[in-house]
This record gives sequence, C-alpha cells and structure tokens, in this order.
Amino acid sequence: MHEWALAEAVNSAAVEVGEKEGLKEITELNIRIGGLQQIDLEIFEFALSHLRAPMLKNAKINLKSEEAELKCRACGHRWSFSPKDLCQDVSESIHFIPEVAHTYLKCSECGSPDFEIVRGRGVWIESIKGVR
Amino acid sequence: MVDPRLSIVNKRLAKVEKIIAVSSGKGGVGKSLLASTLALILSRRGQRVGLLDLDFTSPSTHVILNIEGLRPEEKEGIIPPRAHRMKYMSIIYYSGDEPTPLRGEDMSNAIIELFAITRWGALDFLVIDMPPGIGDATLDMIRLIEKIDFLIVTTPSKLAFETVNKLMRLLKDLRMPVIGIIENMKMEESNFIREKAGEHNIPYLGEIRFDRQLEASIGDVDKLLRTEFAQNLREIVSNRLRPRPRGRQTR
Repeated sequence: MHEWALAEAVNSAAVEVGEKEGLKEITELNIRIGGLQQIDLEIFEFALSHLRAPMLKNAKINLKSEEAELKCRACGHRWSFSPKDLCQDVSESIHFIPEVAHTYLKCSECGSPDFEIVRGRGVWIESIKGVR
Repeated sequence: MVDPRLSIVNKRLAKVEKIIAVSSGKGGVGKSLLASTLALILSRRGQRVGLLDLDFTSPSTHVILNIEGLRPEEKEGIIPPRAHRMKYMSIIYYSGDEPTPLRGEDMSNAIIELFAITRWGALDFLVIDMPPGIGDATLDMIRLIEKIDFLIVTTPSKLAFETVNKLMRLLKDLRMPVIGIIENMKMEESNFIREKAGEHNIPYLGEIRFDRQLEASIGDVDKLLRTEFAQNLREIVSNRLRPRPRGRQTR
C-alpha cells in the first residue's frame, strides 16, 4: 500500500504550496504519475480522497499517467518500461524503490544496467489552481 | 512541478528524537561496523532504536548483523521489520544480493523515496550508516533531514584524515551539528586526530583500538558485543553519547 504513503505526500505538498501562495482553497490539483512505479490509480485516488486536507475539500483532482521511458547511457538505445515480463517480486521491488530497476533491468541492446529514467519515474504535482 | 515526497520526509521522522548519521570522507574506516554496533549498544540499553543502511550501492550492515529473510510490512507505506530489538531498514529488502549500480540522481531519488515511505514511528535514536564521501547521500541528509546530527569516523591514517578533513570543513561551513569524531583502528599513540579535531572545534569523542578479533565476530551479534571494539565504543557512548531520558529535547 505504497499508494497511501504517496497520496499523503501529495496532500501535504499541495497544502504547503497552497499556504505559500496564500490560497484559501485549492480548486484543482493536477498530478502526473509515472509508469515505472506501477501505482494502482484506483487505490491512489481513493487514498487521496480519504486523506484530503480541508484546503483541498472541493478540489478537482486530475491524474495523468505517463509511460516510463528508459535510455541506455552506454549505447543510447531507448525503450519503454513494461512490468509485464517481470516476476512479482521484482515488480514489487521497483514499485517501492523505482531505482532498483537498475538492479533488475538491462538495456535490451547492449545489456548495460547504466540507463537513464528519461520520464515516468514517480509522482509529481504538475500544477495547482486555487482562490486567494 | 513539485516533488511531493519532499514535504513528507520530516513528518515521517517527527517522532524520532535523535538522528545520527555515521559518516566519513573515506571508505574502509569502519563506519558500518561502528553504526551497527552503536545501534546494538543503544538498543541493549533499552533505547528505541532504528538502523538505516544508506549505503545503497554497497550495503553491508545486514552481513554484520546476520539479517536474512526479513521484509518490511506494507501498511500505508512501509514499516521496517525488527531485528536484534531494533527497527532495521536497508535497500537489500528490494535489491537482494544483486549489484545495484546507481548514478547520483538515482541515488538521491532512492534516498528521498525511502525516507518518504518509511514509517519509523517513535524512536529515541535513528542511526544511519552513510556511504563514504561528501556526495549525494551527505548532501541529501544536509538538505532534507532537519534533525540530523553527524558522527564522524576516521582512522589514525593521514590518508583517511585527508578526506575526513573535507567532510568536517563542509559540515562546519554549512553549520551542521556534529556530535564529534571517533578515531577507529588506533594502533599507536598519536595526538594527530585529536589535535586536528580541536583545530575544527569538533569534539574528539575517543579512540577505538585496532581489534584483531573483530572480523571473526561479523555475523554474530553477541560475539560482536563482546569485542574490545564494542567495549571501546560502549565507553564512548557512556561518556559522550549518553542517551537522554525520553520526552526531553536532545538538541
């Protein structure tokens, strides 16, 4: 239930930004969720709606999924991450700490574990709208 | 774009009284053994202790403590399992024995993730076994962890101290709290490290004699706690790192 911990972080960060910007209320919260972490969107959304602070009470929450793209630093090959071929233990480990992808994944062209997570790593707050 | 994890890190540590980053500029000075033994000594004294192995590319405290087959509980984040009466967290739960080569940004991301999702609960001490040097892990502890205290480990060697000196200067320039410096693997009488610590106004906490029996105690916690190494460290803890009664400010 990693999703709860991340939802809690989103809630806390949104309130922090709202307070910093002097918002009375947050009306819209746009969140980007990377594919590498394999977040269960339903659980994440449920957790977020459960945890939402008073400032976020009426906020419209938009979740946008982003495919994870990896790029080999050794040969430049780019590929999309797919958890389908991974065994459950590996997929779960990457779910908790996405960087252990470097433990289990290799470039399909040259076999190097030295790749860059170009996009789709984790959870980001893209933008917040609110009223002052 | 906001990384939401950053706003939760210190909330996750809110009930931790004291966070000790066992650090050194140099590898091979005994940080992991010292961090593990320090955590054991504190927990045997009835303190609530957590040990975090932050040396993601070369974790070793699980070998020192003979920890195998544990896995964190998943409950609205992750709860570190208990081992030897303390809460123990390491990347090995997820990477196993496989090599985990990480570049700087990945290292930093993994550190933030671990702090953002780990629920330590109430602790008197969280001991962190830091990777050597003044790279990502050190910079992230300085940037992220409000309650951090550094405990510096060196050997009597001028080579070790050359890099430890840089760590001390960095921490001093950034006005980070430093508990003091421990001189490990001492073989001959010398005031070199004590004098250098004095020049930096950093407390010299004491020395640990080179212990030939130490290697044979790796993986056996009771044996480790009977070594001269542990005895020397216990004296330092008693004299200089005395645990405070619960509920009082430690800094």
